[in-house]
Amino acid sequence: MTYLELDNLTKHFEISDGLFGKKRVVKAVDGVSLSIEKGEILGLVGESGCGKSTLSRLIMQLLPPTSGSVVLEDEWLANLPPALIRERRPDFQMIFQDPNASLNPRMTVYSTLVESISARHPRVSDNAADAQEAVSELMRTVGLDPRYMRKYPHEFSGGQRQRIAIARALGTEPKLVIADEPVSALDVSIQSQILNLLRKLSRELELTMIFISHDLSVVRYIADRIAVMDEGKIVEVGEANAVFNNPQHEYTQTLLKAIPQIRV
Amino acid sequence: MALLEVRNLKTYFHTREGIVRAVDDVSFDVERGQTVGIVGESGSGKSVTCYSLMRLIPEPPGKIEGGTAMFDGMDLLKLTPKEIQKVRGDRITMIFQEPMTSLNPYLKISTQLIEPLQIHRGMGKSEALEKAIAELDAVGIPDAKNRIHSYAHEFSGGMRQRVMIAMALITRPEILIADEPTTALDVTIQKQVLDLIRTRQDDLGTAIIFITHDLTVVSEVCDYVNVMYAGRFVERAPVKAIFTEPKHAYTRALQKSIPAIQEKGKDLYTIPGLPPLLSQEIPGCAFGPRCETATKDQCLTDKRPILVEKNPQHWVQDCPGCLGSFQKSRRFKNSSF
Repeated sequence: MTYLELDNLTKHFEISDGLFGKKRVVKAVDGVSLSIEKGEILGLVGESGCGKSTLSRLIMQLLPPTSGSVVLEDEWLANLPPALIRERRPDFQMIFQDPNASLNPRMTVYSTLVESISARHPRVSDNAADAQEAVSELMRTVGLDPRYMRKYPHEFSGGQRQRIAIARALGTEPKLVIADEPVSALDVSIQSQILNLLRKLSRELELTMIFISHDLSVVRYIADRIAVMDEGKIVEVGEANAVFNNPQHEYTQTLLKAIPQIRV
Repeated sequence: MALLEVRNLKTYFHTREGIVRAVDDVSFDVERGQTVGIVGESGSGKSVTCYSLMRLIPEPPGKIEGGTAMFDGMDLLKLTPKEIQKVRGDRITMIFQEPMTSLNPYLKISTQLIEPLQIHRGMGKSEALEKAIAELDAVGIPDAKNRIHSYAHEFSGGMRQRVMIAMALITRPEILIADEPTTALDVTIQKQVLDLIRTRQDDLGTAIIFITHDLTVVSEVCDYVNVMYAGRFVERAPVKAIFTEPKHAYTRALQKSIPAIQEKGKDLYTIPGLPPLLSQEIPGCAFGPRCETATKDQCLTDKRPILVEKNPQHWVQDCPGCLGSFQKSRRFKNSSF
């Protein structure tokens, strides 16, 4: 059964050149249809400006679509009233590229994670021991030592910070996680750790994930299927190895050729 | 004699946590027209090495504690501020990771491009502008004649990096220091920018010091590679040898952790542990605690390993532990700190 279904999802922005300039329409997302199974990792690949981020904001219900629909577990989401969308928010979580920017520097790991857990369990902080236990478990899930829960983000390394961001995303028990370039800002050696962690979580928690990246080699490794996006459209979808080894669309071939090769 | 000869460079930072030995006894040469890579993780000291040469280390807390950097008969580390200003931005220039932060958002591109020519060459405005347009043209900015009067935000990320390259090469420097110039860019744009850097290098014969954490990029652009770990070089070799016969455990571990070359479905290889804190004295082999060779027990603990030349031009830290082969059946663990 299809878990998340996007049907002909479209977002057009109207922009004008200057105050009296001509109006132009930018087709940021142009008729995207995709379906994702439960527990699947879908890799979404494309260059800056291809519409990846707009698409993820449409799915997250942060932007109303111009037309088309988003269906999660047989529920139509695109035209819900704002109050209901707010209620659904914990179902969708995002992991961003730069944990330095996405974590609140004034909040300890504990308060960041408690806030996230309380989206589902509003009374979690009533009992300090319970709250601590919930936070500890979350930290262990992402491979962090619970002893550090009272520390602030700046006291952690880059890779550990990204683990905190992942823990925060998992705290609301989301149905769908969108990871937007989660390893691009990290060193190669740390990248592998985070990729391993995301894959482990998707297997163990049956997490459904959209993994956005411009780097096909990373996506090939982590994704079950890959969707390639160019100028607002999905130009190719397929099983990860098939797309990687036998790209059909010209644009996918260009992307593949751009990956630096070790040639000596 | 090489164009630039760096010997025993030491740059320390005096902080409340103690003395951070960011660069600790580093030596390397740059030949005319050559591309020399410095590879390492964040915090390994690669940027501090180059900032020291350009004398851009904030003092205090930083201090160049020792060493020499001979460039055309001058020791860059001993020049007066006035003298180094004549070299910096003229004969040695630099491009950075994030072009948006290194271009001034308030100034037109033209103002920033002609500045080095006006300052270092004493050129008039119109002549400098003509040169600048030609330079923009050479780095592939379409319609350079009109685009030169735009502001930085009117360019895309890749185009901004092209402008940076034009700006850095306009004085025809002998050395260009490129500090992670493509890390913030998409793969397709990265390829274009790397190609551009190489073409301009071929045209002008500029030597490049290329700083990056990405080994695949190194293999594309560098002639000679220095692998840096915890403030020191652990291995130095021609690019071919680094990939075909890497000797140090760290170099090999870095190569194993490139996602692109790993098999799908298996866990990615990760280097266990974290780099050491540089604010504490490291008594033995800095990589020892993270070393995973069969001989890791033999890693030096009482003295720092020194670089020895194993093959011509191929130097490696002589630590018996780190030179051994990897253990065959290692169980990969996910959370490794």
